[in-house]
Amino acid sequence: MEFFKNTNIDFLGKKWYFLVFSLIFSVAGVLSIAFWHGIPLGVDFRGGTLVYVKYAHAPDPAAIHAEIDRAGLKNARVQTYGPAANNEVLIALDIQETSEQALDKGKLQIIQALESTATPGKQDLNNSSSLSIQSDLLEKDPLHLGSGADANPRYTAVAQAIVDYRDKTKGGVLGSLDELKGTADPAVVASLQDNFFVSDFGIRNVEIVGPQVGQQLRKQAILATLYSLAGMLIYLALRFEWIYGVAAVLTVFHDTLITVGAFSLLNWEISLTVIAAILTLIGYSNNDTIVVFDRIRENIKLLRRDRLADIVNKSINQTLSRTILTAGLTFLTVLALFLFGGEVLRGFSLALVIGILIGTYSSIAIAAPILVAYQEWRGERGKTPIAMPLRTGNGPTQPKEKVKA
Amino acid sequence: MKNLTWKLVVIVAILLVFLFGIFGVPKSWTGSGLLAAITDRIHLGLDLRGGTHLILQVQVNDAVNVDSDNAIARLKEDLRTHKINYTEITKPDPVNHPEMVVVKGITPDQSGEFKSIIADRLPEYDPTSGAENSWSVAMKPTSLKELKDRAVTQAIETIRNRIDQLGVSEPVIQEHGLGQYQILVQLPGVDDPARVKEIMQSTAMLEIKQSLGGPYGSQEQALQDHGGVLPPDSVLMQGKSIGSRSTDTGEQWYLISRASAVTGRDLRTAEPSTDENGQAAVRFILTGEGGNKFYSFTSAHVGDNLAVVLDNKVQEVAVIKEPIRETGIINGRFTEQETQDLSMTLRSGALPAGIKYLEERTVGPSLGADSIRSGVQAAVYGMLAVLIFMLIYYRWAGVNADIALILNLVILLGFMGYFGAVLTLPGIAGVILTVGMGVDSNVLIFERIREELRNGKTPPSAVEQGFSHAWITIVDTHVTTIVSAAILFLFGTGPVKGFATTLVFGLLANLFTAVFVSRMIFDWVLSRKQRGEALSI
Repeated sequence: MEFFKNTNIDFLGKKWYFLVFSLIFSVAGVLSIAFWHGIPLGVDFRGGTLVYVKYAHAPDPAAIHAEIDRAGLKNARVQTYGPAANNEVLIALDIQETSEQALDKGKLQIIQALESTATPGKQDLNNSSSLSIQSDLLEKDPLHLGSGADANPRYTAVAQAIVDYRDKTKGGVLGSLDELKGTADPAVVASLQDNFFVSDFGIRNVEIVGPQVGQQLRKQAILATLYSLAGMLIYLALRFEWIYGVAAVLTVFHDTLITVGAFSLLNWEISLTVIAAILTLIGYSNNDTIVVFDRIRENIKLLRRDRLADIVNKSINQTLSRTILTAGLTFLTVLALFLFGGEVLRGFSLALVIGILIGTYSSIAIAAPILVAYQEWRGERGKTPIAMPLRTGNGPTQPKEKVKA
Repeated sequence: MKNLTWKLVVIVAILLVFLFGIFGVPKSWTGSGLLAAITDRIHLGLDLRGGTHLILQVQVNDAVNVDSDNAIARLKEDLRTHKINYTEITKPDPVNHPEMVVVKGITPDQSGEFKSIIADRLPEYDPTSGAENSWSVAMKPTSLKELKDRAVTQAIETIRNRIDQLGVSEPVIQEHGLGQYQILVQLPGVDDPARVKEIMQSTAMLEIKQSLGGPYGSQEQALQDHGGVLPPDSVLMQGKSIGSRSTDTGEQWYLISRASAVTGRDLRTAEPSTDENGQAAVRFILTGEGGNKFYSFTSAHVGDNLAVVLDNKVQEVAVIKEPIRETGIINGRFTEQETQDLSMTLRSGALPAGIKYLEERTVGPSLGADSIRSGVQAAVYGMLAVLIFMLIYYRWAGVNADIALILNLVILLGFMGYFGAVLTLPGIAGVILTVGMGVDSNVLIFERIREELRNGKTPPSAVEQGFSHAWITIVDTHVTTIVSAAILFLFGTGPVKGFATTLVFGLLANLFTAVFVSRMIFDWVLSRKQRGEALSI
């Protein structure tokens, strides 16, 4: 099977269309960053408290918000999270509620506010660790093991089984203590009923980032991106000519800008993993560009009399099949990640989905035209038009014929 | 053919080596036995198994303040013995520059001797003369850095001791960040970190000192009692018991001597106990040397008051009835749990400096289990899509690519097993991406072979040309992605680091599978074909 056979598309002839297309997306992104959503930073970068809560029934965000308000937590954001069937909500607090003196104060206040059905003096089994269940059992000793040596391991195992049942079989929330009857001895359940109750929710996940870390991570993310770009520039400048490095880095910058712009337009938060995805894209998007550049370099040696524009066109066409295929296959895997990888990876895989589309497009539509444009610009200034044939060991570079643009 | 056999042996050997890396020698060959074998060798990150991730800031200036306080005490002593006069010794900015000590009123004719005392007795400090006979004595930058680094190392040691005693399995406690004096603590399986956090944070600095007066209702009252000026070498400390059964109301202040009779460093052990009234208390036993110090102190102060000070709070004050050698009791209206925790922190030693929590992330086990499920699901679907596509598009050559890809995954996972790398959720994404990016090499080669065939080359020479032309491109593309991933590895933590790890290992393995393995399969196929027979690609 073959999708692309002997294509002969004049890509360079369409460079103005490409330019307009790229401009629309970049400018839309930049405008959104400047005037609309800004760069929506995730909790990693702005600091704050996120508590993910799973309910035993469909949650009512408005009621939850009211409970949190009553507890005196200002500016809390409550929203449902993930598919409705999961019964999950995300409660987010500003950095103002997250001081470094008492990092988890907001979290504790949230839990307290939500435990409106709490029975005084009893612990919430849905939000207890196996350690506290075990120590309660040790004290009450419902199985009458005495203070023998096997009491501790026995109750540890019982507590672990209860927690495992709650977390793995029931997804983190028990409806009532009676549900434990299949898992634990009736005497154990009866004993637990004295000291525990079950609330209608369980904490799934907590992220608390203090202001200092947020600032530190912001700086690191920017530095990492810059180092990555610089690394590409240096490697490509060494392997090819410097202009290839510049073209590739400009292209990748374009991809990064559009990806970040898309997050701003969609108002999706940029978290640490999204930055990881963007750094990966910086490497990946360069792959396509390098494949085209490699072919240009090879063709320049073979077709010494052709115009650079023709050589570039020919090279893009020759590698088109490969470019589309590999991008398509990587896209397939990333799409699987986006569709099935779960809520935690949603932002990460979205960045990859957008980035792979843009990266592939730009290696054809942006990188190669930059090379040609540079060459034409040199030609107009009356200089030797291309400094192309590269350090492949064939002696000094031969001056090319002057080309009229 | 001989060449092929040799290559086949290499490939099978590598396959076995890396399979061993993944599974080790499983205890049983059932599905669950194999699964246990894998998780034994490839560790799951906190985001998959659940647990708590904390970043702590060590307040290293605390340690510097202790050092410069000691330096001041030593300096005063030495200046006295050398009969050098001074008007005052202060620390102008203990919050931002705890390493800076200012000595005022050294007359010019004594400044030479002053300098030599500093050089002799405080070699970590550098004196510089300032206006009006004052000298700033500051810790040398290298010594300062060393002191701060040592505080972090000590804090890590102490925290590790405490966590080990709590019985958390496989904790990670290491320095975090680049020169920010931070510590990363990962506690797998701990999803309710409140108690652990408290235990880690308690400085547990125990000092036994002489109490010179009190209790007073307020600081002002204490000052008034002494005519507005505190006696030399004494401080006011708040009396407050740390135990939660405390019923103290209102403030209590004590006048406490600066010097300690014994400190936490002189402890041999501490254990939960009860006091004479049957209340929960902590009993401590001093080391031989500490016991001697305590004995000589208490012998000299019979009838005086003794204060037990924990983390700069006076826990209790008692009269010294007779010389004491080695054992004592801390009574602070504790619960039994608190006496256990306090004995444990005392045994593990004091933190050299206070710590502050900067970041706390907790992943509940139910979320971890869900993440594993969806991660694996995405990986399987993504991989199947790629494998099936390659079969359809390249027919028999697709089989070749699929074998190479599967081997690629085996090597990747084997690498992780050998290096004890941690698999995180983004790490699973890295595995999926490796499949997507790894197949790129095969596509590059296959497309090139097709092109050469179209140009009229024979299958063997097309294969030869395809591999040799694609090789350099493959190296270039791999280098760029590995550069990005390496930067990610340096900057990232936890989940992100796991992603970078899988990506780098995956791409390195891909260089081998896509080029060496795939080539060998082609050669084998070609060796079985008649001259001129077409290649299925």
